[in-house]
Amino acid sequence: MTDRKIRVLVAKPGLDGHDRGAKVVARALRDAGMEVIYTGLRQTPEMIAEAALQEDVDAVGLSILSGAHMALVPRVLELLKANGQAHVRVFVGGIIPDEDVPRLVEIGVVGVYGPGTVTEDIIKDIRRAIASAAPA
Amino acid sequence: MDLVASVLAGNRLALARLLTQVENDTPEGRLAQDELYAHTGRAHLIGVTGAPGTGKSSLVNQLARVYRQPPDGGEPKRVGVVAIDPSSPFTGGAILGDRVRMRDLAGDPGVFIRSMASRGSLGGLAAATASMVLVLDAAGFEVILIETVGAGQAEVDIARLAHTTLVIEAPGLGDDIQAIKAGILEIADILVVNKADRPGVENTERSLRSMLQLAHPARRGNLHHRFEEEVVGLAETAPESSIWQPPILRTVATEGAGMVELYGEIARHRQFLAGSGEWERRERLRLQSELDMLLQTALVSRWRETVSQVAYQAVVDRLIERNISPRHAVETLLDVKDKERS
Repeated sequence: MTDRKIRVLVAKPGLDGHDRGAKVVARALRDAGMEVIYTGLRQTPEMIAEAALQEDVDAVGLSILSGAHMALVPRVLELLKANGQAHVRVFVGGIIPDEDVPRLVEIGVVGVYGPGTVTEDIIKDIRRAIASAAPA
Repeated sequence: MDLVASVLAGNRLALARLLTQVENDTPEGRLAQDELYAHTGRAHLIGVTGAPGTGKSSLVNQLARVYRQPPDGGEPKRVGVVAIDPSSPFTGGAILGDRVRMRDLAGDPGVFIRSMASRGSLGGLAAATASMVLVLDAAGFEVILIETVGAGQAEVDIARLAHTTLVIEAPGLGDDIQAIKAGILEIADILVVNKADRPGVENTERSLRSMLQLAHPARRGNLHHRFEEEVVGLAETAPESSIWQPPILRTVATEGAGMVELYGEIARHRQFLAGSGEWERRERLRLQSELDMLLQTALVSRWRETVSQVAYQAVVDRLIERNISPRHAVETLLDVKDKERS
């Protein structure tokens, strides 16, 4: 097999309009040699899951600043599973209160990254998570 | 059920996975292409190219919508989209952002969008684009829109792959349309001036028109063919009936303006291709150039198996010492092979 590229979908579900963080992460992943599919603002969980399927990505990054993460993230995970993409790793960035992190990790999120996160950590985590996830 | 059977049965997850195999040129991907080939040749392949920022993605979005709801009341067409963005030459990474402009298509099971990184190819497409399009064709997509990397002057590979090539221009991108000098203008079957609500649209259109008129209609037809002849070495003069004058259309893709006319012109071009024998001609040229490329790769790798590394490196040494020219080196190496065989 030739050079297997890591493909990551970076999406912004929900209604807030700030995508600076998402773009910083997208660029960092690109600079780490990954192919980043960027979908832009105001994506529904359905749109995100569908894009993840069509693009056959290894990971999905969700940037959420609106506070709706406890509704949006489980829904995305559920839809990925329903589509036969349980192997796709999901990470979350944005403004996530500390007390919500354990619950997100429990339902399968591989990492939660708030402001001030070093992008190298995200890259390292994604690589590790993908290496351990066997495609179904 | 294996991947190929699932793809033929319309399974979208299987299609997505097979596209990855094909993009990565895996043995599984190659075998699948062999099996799928008999199911191809039905789709209308439409190329969309032009300078960065002319609105290619927005236009693809609108065009796909029109095919999903044809203005002439026809049956909705199943639409595949392959959108290519550049890979970084330094890290190999890429940001594929074409979906941002295609959100109107989300949730429609009759549309399948796939983003691709160029992965080092320079012609405006990626190495695997033709193969990916073949898979979508076999999967039953009747119209396949291929959006190239933002193209300047030399990215003309799309004309070899597509049946109909749209070249997108926009007002205000430089005096006398610097962005589309020789190469890219010659491959246009249809010229689109997008963002036509902007000032300067008359100038852009006038420049395009005068450039088209500079070439005599008959010569223009030949220009198109000359490009193909160079590519595949088929020197045959175009018959009169195969001369197509590229129309110039105005659109505002963000609002959907001009899309019905564009749809109509694409349909007219398709009829022209079918009626003039151009469809078969282009099909032959395209498949011949594809065959030639595969043949070259296969011949080189077969040849490499027959010649020893020692002999090969010895010739490279003589090259470095300027004992022989590269052309002589090739002759020497081919001789070496013949001797080793006999």
